[in-house]
Amino acid sequence: MKRLLSGWRAALLLAVLIGIWELYADLGSATRRLILPAPHQIAKALYVDRGLLWSNLLVTGEEILLGIAVAMLASVALAVLIHFSESARRAVYPLLISSQAIPIPMIAPVLVLWLGFGLAPKLVVIALVSFFPIVVTTLAGLAAVDPELGKLMRTFDASRLATFRHVEAPSALPGLLTGTKIAVVVAVIGAYLAELSGTSSGGLGFLYQQAEAQLLMPRAYAAVLILCLFAIALFALLSVAERRAIPWAYQSRGEPSR
Amino acid sequence: MIEAPVKEPRDLSGPTGVQVEVVSRTFVTKRGEVKALDGMSLRAPQGAVVAVVGPSGCGKSTLLELICGLQSPDAGTVTAAPAVLMPQRDLLLPWLSAIDNAGLALRARGLGRDEARAHAAPWLERFGLAGFERTRPAELSGGMRQRVSFLRSLLAGKPVLALDEPFAALDAITRAEMQAWLAHVLEIESRTVVLVTHDVEEAVMLGDRVVVMSPRPGKAVAEIEVELQRPRRRTDPAIVALRERTLEALGVRA
Repeated sequence: MKRLLSGWRAALLLAVLIGIWELYADLGSATRRLILPAPHQIAKALYVDRGLLWSNLLVTGEEILLGIAVAMLASVALAVLIHFSESARRAVYPLLISSQAIPIPMIAPVLVLWLGFGLAPKLVVIALVSFFPIVVTTLAGLAAVDPELGKLMRTFDASRLATFRHVEAPSALPGLLTGTKIAVVVAVIGAYLAELSGTSSGGLGFLYQQAEAQLLMPRAYAAVLILCLFAIALFALLSVAERRAIPWAYQSRGEPSR
Repeated sequence: MIEAPVKEPRDLSGPTGVQVEVVSRTFVTKRGEVKALDGMSLRAPQGAVVAVVGPSGCGKSTLLELICGLQSPDAGTVTAAPAVLMPQRDLLLPWLSAIDNAGLALRARGLGRDEARAHAAPWLERFGLAGFERTRPAELSGGMRQRVSFLRSLLAGKPVLALDEPFAALDAITRAEMQAWLAHVLEIESRTVVLVTHDVEEAVMLGDRVVVMSPRPGKAVAEIEVELQRPRRRTDPAIVALRERTLEALGVRA
């Protein structure tokens, strides 16, 4: 509650910006209003089109959640592989970085053609745009283990696997969650791109395209707004999960060293 | 109290002791070769506490890693019963409670969590940590953390303990308490101990023998027997005299 209240400055700024937008749209020409709907029109669309928005959110939400799951699985597998094998690091890491140079909007249609219709190509696109931060932060977490701790485990006769399980994996957990938080935001963009590819029959990205084509701009903006709120909600949810799953990462912070 | 040159042959090593014979160890770094140890010898018979003092960077940590089998010497031989390291910083895992940290070596050997806890629980009580079993390291005091860290190494069940400046990070009062505590624990639970420290007083308070090392490349330059009853008192004239002698061997003039 305290944290909610302390956000009043941001809320005020948001209100002012919306107010300016409202005035700008209302005082403009009819053409301008057609292209840029006023906030009250968007609010109206949110209410009128609520059924439509909801059913399309379900489609996009499913894509994003499954896409993130695929990205996490692939990322953790890659990170562990790279962590354990120097050869794998040398082979995979450069490709991993190059993969970020792939212009997803261009290859998304190709992927869709190749993988066929349905969910699979969308998950690939979403995973492709969002896996990178997860790999990088998970790897950093795995590598951040104090070398002295490694020596200690060796004098305990711990196997490589035991050290991984008891020391490295838990210490990589915060990195995994941080990476996923970043990935969630990018995944929303990925979902939109995937739905652009012309094979979709649902989803907020699809709805946006359709509405835009028909110059139903309030509906288009409402779809964007819902997508934004969904991303923010996921981010917030992960932040809560982080505090629950790794309380020690917060506990030790800011404490005087004794 | 006998001060003897290191190379004088003495049969002190039992089957669970440590023998380091004329060991050399060189590291290749970007700036060239660094000779950490050159002709270092040390013997710790079974159940003895050998304190090693020397100036910073004299290869003390290298010596401990050799004893623990984490490194191999370039020349000379190291014969040691299985040894476990206790690092300078406590290095407790922040996500584990005190009892689970203490049982880490047991878990590493494949014991289940409950089994490891059952082993560690009576020890925590013996170490004055009763009531803190479920507490995470961030909420323990420095002295408590060091005790958990020591217990973790002790529970690895190895005959030799290699302690690397275990109390260096503690404040003076806690350090004095911990030294007395360690002396007491070793009375009850006898192990062969090689204790590296740069605190001369700590060395003479805890050691059965003090080995003084030269600056890098490190080698033993003096060996001082401490044949005093425990518990020892800092203000005991014999302790003070030994401390002076050790400082002298280190080349420090009072």
